[in-house]
Amino acid sequence: MMRVLEGSHAVAEAVRLARVQVVSAYPITPQTHIVEILSDYCAAGGMDARFLRVESEHSCLAALIGAQSAGARTFTATSSQGLALMHELLHWSAGARLPIVMAEVNRALGPGWNIWSDQTDSLAQRDTGWIQLYCEDGQEVLDTTLQAFRLAERVNLPVMVVLDAFYLSHTHEPVDVPGQEAVDRFLPPYSPKFRLDTKEPFALSPLVPPSAYMEMRRDIARAMEEARACFRDVEAEFDAVFGRRYGPVEAVRCEDAEIILVASGTVTSTARLLLEELRSKGEKAGLLKIRMFRPFPAEDVRRALWRAKKAAVIDRNVSFGAGGIFAQEIRAALCNMPDRPQVFGFIAGLGGRDVTTAVLEDIYLQTKNGDVPPGESVWVGLQEVSHATGRA
Amino acid sequence: MIEIRFHGRGGQGTVVLTTLLAHALFKAGYYVQSFPFFGVERRGAPVEAYLRLDDRKILARTNVTAPDHVVVQDLTLLQSIDVTRGLKPGGWVLLNGPPSLSGNGRFAGGRVAVVDATGIAIRHNLGTRTHPIVNTAMMGAFARVMEIPPMDVLVAAIGEEVPSDPERNVAAARKAYGDVSFS
Repeated sequence: MMRVLEGSHAVAEAVRLARVQVVSAYPITPQTHIVEILSDYCAAGGMDARFLRVESEHSCLAALIGAQSAGARTFTATSSQGLALMHELLHWSAGARLPIVMAEVNRALGPGWNIWSDQTDSLAQRDTGWIQLYCEDGQEVLDTTLQAFRLAERVNLPVMVVLDAFYLSHTHEPVDVPGQEAVDRFLPPYSPKFRLDTKEPFALSPLVPPSAYMEMRRDIARAMEEARACFRDVEAEFDAVFGRRYGPVEAVRCEDAEIILVASGTVTSTARLLLEELRSKGEKAGLLKIRMFRPFPAEDVRRALWRAKKAAVIDRNVSFGAGGIFAQEIRAALCNMPDRPQVFGFIAGLGGRDVTTAVLEDIYLQTKNGDVPPGESVWVGLQEVSHATGRA
Repeated sequence: MIEIRFHGRGGQGTVVLTTLLAHALFKAGYYVQSFPFFGVERRGAPVEAYLRLDDRKILARTNVTAPDHVVVQDLTLLQSIDVTRGLKPGGWVLLNGPPSLSGNGRFAGGRVAVVDATGIAIRHNLGTRTHPIVNTAMMGAFARVMEIPPMDVLVAAIGEEVPSDPERNVAAARKAYGDVSFS
């Protein structure tokens, strides 16, 4: 049924429909609405689940590691500093091969204290072994959350469903909320490949010597590889029930494009508007949306970009000393192609600064008029700051 | 596409107002989008919220900087915030203020409509005298000024989305619809 829902509410509906059994969370803006709704559902009987209130995000993930090890389907949501506090256990949950699903609402890290959108929090966790999926709108975040459980449980890796603060988490828009029966057809009950059982006690995650550790790591790497192929199956199954699919990437008008904008999250949506405008003016522009970040869909990226002359990568994040994170990944995906497009990197919209069509057009024009990409990403839309007075 | 910017203060229900209107306009057949922009998350602090409506899926995911219309829930904001910045020529400025308030000449290029949503909310026992809940009255005034959504759709949306006292809220919306003065 089509309803006007907030992005956070769309996530919560997916979690309810996924018949999650244990939810744990610690409140942090802008993620709070997700678990507020889930807490209501758990209290009022809308979900047959336990809601664990904990004293920190670290405890939250520790609780879910326990619950998932005991065979329960679990979910949490967090943002920014909360995700950073989970860092140790992000590694643990992936290493222990637990298919936990998390909604991560992209929020800037402090200081300066800032509640607004910025992808650096989730991207800083790229090496923890979590699958990461970045969402563009309310429908996609509901659908992706449902897909996340299926994918996680197939490959035994945790999945992070990532959504922008406010521009998605707090945005109301029409969303088709599926019925329970359809969701049940897509997502069967969780059937754990291993589970702690008091009747047959055993220990998990013991000391692993050098003679075995490397093979265990190799298994995680293989599971990530599998996730690439498995994701296509999950999307095909989802499409068969719901009639929607998104792909690990989406290439819009890339076939004949000379310059392709590369975007993720809600910026993609605004970039679609600019693309319509550029095309109507006769510009040979294209757009590549990156939805899956881990595993990185390098082959899909190459297939979308190889014909273009230039790619302009928009990063709402920064790795200090190396520039935008998506730009680095795109460069790495292309670097062994003989006739690769030039990659121009741009940093925009940090800490919730608005990424308007004008900002995106500036990025497009800088790319069009640039001969050689600068080594690092170019910061877009900066104000002049006088360091003598400290005033903008 | 029509873009409307709402100005209010934290605790006045500005965000809820845009959400309620988004529900009502969706029921009336529009594709809708609404979201807030918080400054500091505090009672009394200035808040902006945005509402977009269109006959197709809305792709813009940016703040509204060139609104077709603006709605102001709290007159004291006029002293500190340029509520008409970027307002398109001929756009409406809907103010919550006393009937005696004249908007003439105050906003160059904008047309002014005034409704005493605060007084209406108090007389309908919505909230308290010091903290009246004005957003359903503002919905009624909005429907009059913008000529959308139709009143029956607005009433249905209030019935579905307002958890307490839908009857008094509907009465406040109807009263505000009739009370808007144009200057």
